[in-house]
Amino acid sequence: MRRDTFQAIADPTRRAILTLLVTGAMTPNAIAEHFDSSRQAVSKHIQILTECGVVTHTQTGREIHYHFNPEKMKEIDIWLEQLRKMWMDRFDQLDNLLNEL
Amino acid sequence: MTNNFAFEADSTAKKIHIVREFNAPIEKIWKAWTDPEILDKWWGPKPSRVETKVMDFRVGGTWQFAMISPEGQKHWLYAEFTAIENGKSISTKALFFDGEGNPVNSGPNWYRDTRFTSIEGNRTRVNIVITYEDDATFERFINNGYFKEGTAIGYNQLDELLASE
Repeated sequence: MRRDTFQAIADPTRRAILTLLVTGAMTPNAIAEHFDSSRQAVSKHIQILTECGVVTHTQTGREIHYHFNPEKMKEIDIWLEQLRKMWMDRFDQLDNLLNEL
Repeated sequence: MTNNFAFEADSTAKKIHIVREFNAPIEKIWKAWTDPEILDKWWGPKPSRVETKVMDFRVGGTWQFAMISPEGQKHWLYAEFTAIENGKSISTKALFFDGEGNPVNSGPNWYRDTRFTSIEGNRTRVNIVITYEDDATFERFINNGYFKEGTAIGYNQLDELLASE
């Protein structure tokens, strides 16, 4: 199944996990402690976030730490900013044209 | 004079609300939105431009046009009118197509509802709601070369994105 940034943030639990990871890298146990859902459910969310590329992990010995990957999240910001600018430019062009109509 | 431009995306960026005010009466704005000759003059965001191939302004009709990049590359878009309230609102569903009437992928990619309101001073307010059907739409825009690299904006917006429900 294909994964993208939008899928990463489509779920409230995943958004909450991302918010946690923005403050620093965490082990899966530490993440799971913040949620009422089962460890398994949280693991599944972490897996999806990893597949979407917004979370990466590092392994030290037996410990895994998950990290937030801001570069990936920028995709959405860039897309929205481009879209915002497109509509602004478009409307400005209509403003200029209105004098001629 | 302020144009009260607003552009807001919901937390999943699948729904976008746009508001803009224009210093012209509603009849003029309606014409600018529905007359292909006028549309071709402003719909394409510079340096791109738009060229209408078909404009059949009625429910079930389509607006077929190419967005042409400065290099001359064409991206065809196809918008079907799903509802029209004369002088008040226009609803469309839109998708990319190959220029010959065939969609490049199945199903509509996004929906747009545009509402026009007369406001004080013989001016017009336009409210637009764009709804993207699936996660893939945004990638299609990128893959179609519709948008090239842009400037990343601050993370404050990301915080809002993550905090909002």
